[in-house]
Amino acid sequence: MKKIVKYIMTDILRSIIMIIYTIVLLATSFTLFSLEDNANKGLLSLLNIILIIVPLFSLLFSTIYIYNSAEFIELLVSQPLQRKSIWQSFSIGLAISLSLAFIIGIGLPVLIFQFNTIGLILIIVGTLLSIIFVAIALWAAVQIRDKAKGIGMAILLWMYFSLLFDGFVLFLLFQFADYPLEKPMILVSALNPIDLGRVLILLQLDISAMMGYTGAIFKDFFGTMLGLSIAFITLLVWVLIPLYFSTRKFIRKDL
Amino acid sequence: MKKVIVILMALIFWVESFGHIIHVGPLHKVKSIRTAIRIANNGDTILVAAGMYKEGNLIISKQLTLIGDKYPIIDGQNKYEVFSIKASKVVIDGFKIYHSGTSNLDDYAGIKVYDSREVTIQNNILDDTYFGIYLQYAKRCVIKNNQLKANNKEEQQSGNGIHCWKSDSLSITDNTVDGHRDGIYFEFVTNSSIKSNTTSNNIRYGLHFMFSNNDTYQFNSFIGNGAGVAVMYSNKVSMLNNQFKENWGDAAYGLLLKEISDSYITGNTFEKNTTGIYLEGASSIKMDHNIFKNNGWAMKIQASCMDIKVSTNNFVGNTFDIGTNGSLVLNTFNKNYWDKYEGYDLNHDTMGDIPYRPVSMYSMIVEQNPPAMMLFRSFITSLLDKTEKFIPSLTPENLKDNTPLMRKAF
Repeated sequence: MKKIVKYIMTDILRSIIMIIYTIVLLATSFTLFSLEDNANKGLLSLLNIILIIVPLFSLLFSTIYIYNSAEFIELLVSQPLQRKSIWQSFSIGLAISLSLAFIIGIGLPVLIFQFNTIGLILIIVGTLLSIIFVAIALWAAVQIRDKAKGIGMAILLWMYFSLLFDGFVLFLLFQFADYPLEKPMILVSALNPIDLGRVLILLQLDISAMMGYTGAIFKDFFGTMLGLSIAFITLLVWVLIPLYFSTRKFIRKDL
Repeated sequence: MKKVIVILMALIFWVESFGHIIHVGPLHKVKSIRTAIRIANNGDTILVAAGMYKEGNLIISKQLTLIGDKYPIIDGQNKYEVFSIKASKVVIDGFKIYHSGTSNLDDYAGIKVYDSREVTIQNNILDDTYFGIYLQYAKRCVIKNNQLKANNKEEQQSGNGIHCWKSDSLSITDNTVDGHRDGIYFEFVTNSSIKSNTTSNNIRYGLHFMFSNNDTYQFNSFIGNGAGVAVMYSNKVSMLNNQFKENWGDAAYGLLLKEISDSYITGNTFEKNTTGIYLEGASSIKMDHNIFKNNGWAMKIQASCMDIKVSTNNFVGNTFDIGTNGSLVLNTFNKNYWDKYEGYDLNHDTMGDIPYRPVSMYSMIVEQNPPAMMLFRSFITSLLDKTEKFIPSLTPENLKDNTPLMRKAF
């Protein structure tokens, strides 16, 4: 298993696209931090990149990688190896390399310019988001045999998590405007890792004062050690559930 | 000869009117301020040497001038009101006043003026007083260059720094107030001027107006208070060249205007406030040459306001420029500079050719549905804002600047 992980990682990290991704992230974060006189504002601009670009890239790259490795997977399956460990090696390999790219591309500048709790939470959330979307991509890829459909599915998933879900929340908020929805909103935010990540980071910034009553309730919950732990456990659950289902599917799949 | 006598008499009376000087201090014959006040006559001066004085409540009911030499300390021992002034033309100058009593029934103060005229309170340092300087039924009083400090934590158990009630023609200049409930409080005060004061870290407001008309405040700084300034139920208040800074919090405003009319807001700077100006039920107000910088909302104008003229202001780096809660707009925006304006100026008259709409769709959504703040800074909200710019539907049609400036107004 270790050998496969190592092989996948070197394969991914050597690929030109991965290197470009890292360099683009690095360049953007350095420019953002040097453009803004206030490091907090730099973080806010970075937030948009983390919440939009990172999930998109993780999803697309992982999906395409799995489809392109179809022959390699078939080869591995013909060897005396457990299917479970093959699939997990792929997940771990992808997760580690994408997180690595994120940590170098965004983590490094953040640590240089903004080494504090906010910076650390930003890095943790970004890394977790990378891993979550690798897991989701793998699940989509293992379900759909056709490559074009699979990639289409990945794009749809990204749209759902970064756009449609929020639209749906907005719709619900207006439908149930007569009810106190502040507390249920905490639960709703847990249903989308991107939203959860955004709320976690925003609450750390002083801009959270603008969020009024809703912000206060969120802060009451996520401000405590317990709330923060629950939030991070939720994000971990977002990794584990897709991973569990995709592994189950892969074990039974007729390749 | 007659002439000489008249001149001599005049001179004698003139000297007489200067009064005597009574020295108070550990090394002088008169050891206590209380004795000095008792033996003094109208017009006398009491010169207090440095030292510690614990004399309970000092009531001044004669026209006296009290001057502290090298800041003598008057200690209220957390029990008493320190100076109670019940005569006109009293001067209190150069004292350190510590630890006044606190009470829920009486408004104990460091210095309290009862029903008097032309009292001058200057160059004093007040620390840990319940109310700092308290004026009631006062006229033509001067409060100048005092430093007031308190370490209050709760609104209910703290008094105001400079508290004025039912007074007229006051002049409050160059004071600093820190850590009280309200920095400066005006209730039923007319024709007064508040100038060059600094109020910071007060629990409620830096400056608080209630039912006070025809007043002016200028060149003051309001920094880091619960809310900067609240002007309520007042008319004809001029607010000129003040700084409203860092009033940041869930319910914090730089300037809160409620039920106020006929006022000017000119030359002020609003920086880093959650809401720069909040207007509710305000009418006939002119705002020009103000700077709104890095606020959450630069301005929130409720639909209950009318005839507010906003012109020649700079709006820079605010998260939201204007927020409102309805579609009725009876206010005008003209010739302001908005950094978010994306229009063009083909005829080079320094004004953009297409109007700017300072109310974003998302700020409308949040106003109607506060929990939508959960989507703050999400992709969908910025997308909605962009589409709304092209086809306005939810934002008020008439809330727009028809002549937005291409460059900063000043």
